[in-house]
Amino acid sequence: MVKHYDLSVELCGVKLTNPVIPASGTFGFGREFADFYDLDCLGAISFKGTTRDARFGNPTPRIAECTSGLINSVGLQNPGIDKVISEELPHLRQIFHNPIIANISGFSLEEYEECCAKIDKEEQVEIIEVNVSCPNVHNGGMSFGTQPESAAEVTRRVKAVTTKPVFIKLSPNVTDIVAIARACEEAGADGICLINTLLGMRIDTVRRKPVIANKMGGFSGDAIFPVAVRMVYQVANACNIPVMGCGGVSSASDVIEMMMAGATAVQVGAANLKNPYAAKEIIESLPEEMERLGIKRLSDIIGIVK
Amino acid sequence: MYKKDIYTILSNEPLTPVVYRMVLEGDTQYVTRSGQFINIELEGKYLRRPISVSDYDAKTITIIYKVVGRGTEQMQGMVAGQKLDILTGLGNGFNTENEAQRPLLVGGGVGVPPLYNLCKRLLSEGKRPTVILGFNTREEIFYYEEFKALGVDVHCSTADGSFGTRGFVTDAIRDNGIEYDYLYTCGPLPMLKALYDNTSCDGEYSFEERMGCGFGACMGCTCKTKYGNKRICKDGPVLKRDEIVW
Repeated sequence: MVKHYDLSVELCGVKLTNPVIPASGTFGFGREFADFYDLDCLGAISFKGTTRDARFGNPTPRIAECTSGLINSVGLQNPGIDKVISEELPHLRQIFHNPIIANISGFSLEEYEECCAKIDKEEQVEIIEVNVSCPNVHNGGMSFGTQPESAAEVTRRVKAVTTKPVFIKLSPNVTDIVAIARACEEAGADGICLINTLLGMRIDTVRRKPVIANKMGGFSGDAIFPVAVRMVYQVANACNIPVMGCGGVSSASDVIEMMMAGATAVQVGAANLKNPYAAKEIIESLPEEMERLGIKRLSDIIGIVK
Repeated sequence: MYKKDIYTILSNEPLTPVVYRMVLEGDTQYVTRSGQFINIELEGKYLRRPISVSDYDAKTITIIYKVVGRGTEQMQGMVAGQKLDILTGLGNGFNTENEAQRPLLVGGGVGVPPLYNLCKRLLSEGKRPTVILGFNTREEIFYYEEFKALGVDVHCSTADGSFGTRGFVTDAIRDNGIEYDYLYTCGPLPMLKALYDNTSCDGEYSFEERMGCGFGACMGCTCKTKYGNKRICKDGPVLKRDEIVW
């Protein structure tokens, strides 16, 4: 007997065939992964963090391996919002037909406003994900996401110039994640995405120098999963807006755990870099894991753990 | 296009105390050019290990690697019959579609391996390559005989003068009065820079950078070129001379 498993979820009215979304910064604009598999199996795609101007990012080396993860200090390399809209977005639409999440970052309130207003006009984009949590840039990115006031201010300014659902992507490098998430919710955020990378560092003990040129970077991968589950749980229980869970997810079991913690959708990040088929394989193994756990509808388990 | 598949180790043997040659059996259809690389998953390691392809045929891929860290130490201990999860067909590789008839191939240290298949390819295209291999000492030399067996002129330089020309590959080019019309090179950055500064011939340079994914997604290995940002893993590792920014 063929059993039917319902993997669909809904994020602020946007229907996803399944909750699995490649996380921004690990999937480019889809091109590289389309060489491996048909992207239409993905619930949505969150594209590479985009800023107003084209950026090279930080000097290399900007990758350091860790036990169960890696540190990156790429620093928001992207072609700039105009080129993303004129070249990357149309191409992504050709190779992917499910919802597109636009990840926007910035170095000033005005930049967030300008980029979000521009991307809001693009009909191919369903959700705007505002990155106030990049640890790899100075005077921007994470500095907006580590205080409730500034995170709320970015949220207010972006909401004032947009019509699509706005998710604020938060940093785990804070003492009180709940206060920041609540401040975003009160400022009008439609959802919260968390967590971005944890600030980390490695040292080359032979050279007696940091492995990464920029010294520090964002730590991601399997190792950060428990931190992500904890923060998703805290925020989902404190807020009334949907949460996209992100951080160290590498299996169907992780997806379900994250959803039980309170995530409506789940992003897969670093796992894509280790195994280009990671997101696809996770989706394919979800029904089996659901059967094992007696779950018929994935949406039933969102936040089931109290 | 790429292939992620399981490959079987046919052999894994030392060429020097720290340099090993591993022959892998499996699907090689996505390896299409000399100078491409493969990315090997190792147990307990989060990131794969990118290693250049030294040679390949319809059924096998040969890699030559230096034991420099925990990952390659793990590889060193592997035996025939073991299976590895590998991404193949990565990187652009060297382009031999040009008018050059007497190309010069210059390899330094573990930059030597990808030039082996390149040399075979150039010969099969009827060209007359010359090879220069640079090492620090005589003990470090590998593949000198293998290149000679292809029937090409091979010259060596060693930094300590224990074999061939004393000094660097640039000294070997000068001392041997080598004439050439194109340059293919792979090796440490200072060697590539010295070649660039001491020659005027057009050519292709293969670069190395710390990588995350190896297939162009993470942007970890980006470099600046005269024609914009390029990812060493996807748009490289081979850059044309005229686009290099040092």
